[in-house]
Amino acid sequence: MKILVCIKQVPDMESKFKINAEGTWYDGIDLAWRMNEYDEYAVEQAVQLKEQVAGSDLTVLCIGRQQVQETMKKALAIGCDRGVHVADENSHQKDPFEIASVIAEFASDKGFDLIFTGMQSQDRGSAQVGVLIAEMLGMPSISTIVDFAFADGQISAKRELEGGIKALVKTTAPALVTCQLGLNTPRYPTLPNIMKAKKKELLSVEVADLLKVEAKQETAKIYFPEKKGGGLVLEGEVADLADQLIQILKDKTAVLA
Amino acid sequence: MKALLVAEYRDGQLLGSTYELVAFANQLGAESAMFLVGSDSALPQYDGPLYLADSGKYSEFNPAVHKQLLLDVIAKEQPEMVVFAHSSYGWDLAPRIALTLGAAQVSEVVEIVDGVPVAPVCNSKLRRQVKANTDRTVVTLQAGAFGLSDEPSGSPTVEMIDTDSDSAAQIEFCGYEEAEAGGVDLSKADVIVSAGRGIGKPENLEIVEVLAKALGGEYGASRPVVDSDWADHSRQVGTTGQTVSPKLYVACGISGAIQHLAGMKKSEFIVAINTDKDAPIGEVADVLLVADLKQFLPVLTEKVRAL
Repeated sequence: MKILVCIKQVPDMESKFKINAEGTWYDGIDLAWRMNEYDEYAVEQAVQLKEQVAGSDLTVLCIGRQQVQETMKKALAIGCDRGVHVADENSHQKDPFEIASVIAEFASDKGFDLIFTGMQSQDRGSAQVGVLIAEMLGMPSISTIVDFAFADGQISAKRELEGGIKALVKTTAPALVTCQLGLNTPRYPTLPNIMKAKKKELLSVEVADLLKVEAKQETAKIYFPEKKGGGLVLEGEVADLADQLIQILKDKTAVLA
Repeated sequence: MKALLVAEYRDGQLLGSTYELVAFANQLGAESAMFLVGSDSALPQYDGPLYLADSGKYSEFNPAVHKQLLLDVIAKEQPEMVVFAHSSYGWDLAPRIALTLGAAQVSEVVEIVDGVPVAPVCNSKLRRQVKANTDRTVVTLQAGAFGLSDEPSGSPTVEMIDTDSDSAAQIEFCGYEEAEAGGVDLSKADVIVSAGRGIGKPENLEIVEVLAKALGGEYGASRPVVDSDWADHSRQVGTTGQTVSPKLYVACGISGAIQHLAGMKKSEFIVAINTDKDAPIGEVADVLLVADLKQFLPVLTEKVRAL
């Protein structure tokens, strides 16, 4: 069974963001980078499937600068067999249509039976790329899964809907699923596996070889939202803060009465 | 400008998000038509043409078939914009439509400024204005971003629609699984103290729980805490958990993802405790305390107990 998992490297969302000089994206300097959280679940599920189906081969793909290889190595240490780095200095400027086109172009002649992606990225959050890849490849896709099972070529999954309700759906491989948070419990790479991962194949492909379309949209301007409401911000020593808060709750709410 | 609104229907009910699409079209001053795979027993209160496909025949969830039904209506109505809710139904179907139409899709639109859609970036820490390079666009709207100021009213002109592309069904929908019963009904609590990822480890949930008790309330949790199995799903506040509006909501170490905010922003008074004073939770908090939870919460609990 041939499996592909697509991951993205994103900044830690707790970072202090700055706007780049052009005002069109966040500045990539001085940020801590990590694997997109949704993709951690995608990698884990792909590795579990590989372990379930004997003789499987699992490729991890990531688009971006040289630095994304650090994140790819984590996926390799968790259990992916090989990595394909699509080298692109400007991946942050590409829209979901372009990103999906690049991945679909790569995947088109590889015969993947299952493709895993995160349901969205933490930075752009457009929730388009996975579904677009499947549409481009002409395979069924199930988005936002929180449960996954595979048997005899059949995929059974649960989609997460609003309000804690789930939809039970089935489809047949080849197919693509997009993974929601909580799908599984992502494992940590062990030290021996981190060492082994260094020897795994990590191919680099130029994005220009795979990109054959033009963007459908662009970011005209990025900015910090205006602070609304103007809530009170309190800083200081904890005992003082506690006293201040209790006084505020006495004044503004009835809960301490 | 003409907009086609893709209404949502689940388990025999029209979903409230449908009216957010109407509010959006009204705000744009757009002429609109509506598309729904649902039933004539639960029609939207809406003055305009409604293209209705029978969910009994086409299923409530069947992306390939719903796509074909919708494309047929688009071909007839020729809208400049196709509008979805940014929901499990909308974000699943919208890219399929956008790709076929060759249209730009702008996801999770929170507002329109001078005709340009604005979308959140990085957990709402940033916003971006999105310029589409195509004449026709597909948009999905963030839950709660657009709302009608009045109660919905009107009655649609219904046209039943059909497709013969049923053979294209690739996904079999086998029914719903309801949210786990039992657990806590947070909606009844006057005070909710919720734990977020910022609590760091499961052992720290206890200091949140004891504060909740001292305040006579219940403890809640954000999604990451529930996903890590540190708290039961019945404690989850947010889009996929419970929606609450207590007299006091205390958010401990919760950054304020939109999915969480949607579940608690109607609380009467909101206190946030966070080490990051730029955290988006500050957008809705009446008071933001910049403090370390492990130090602050036990002190606060003692002082509350001493009252």
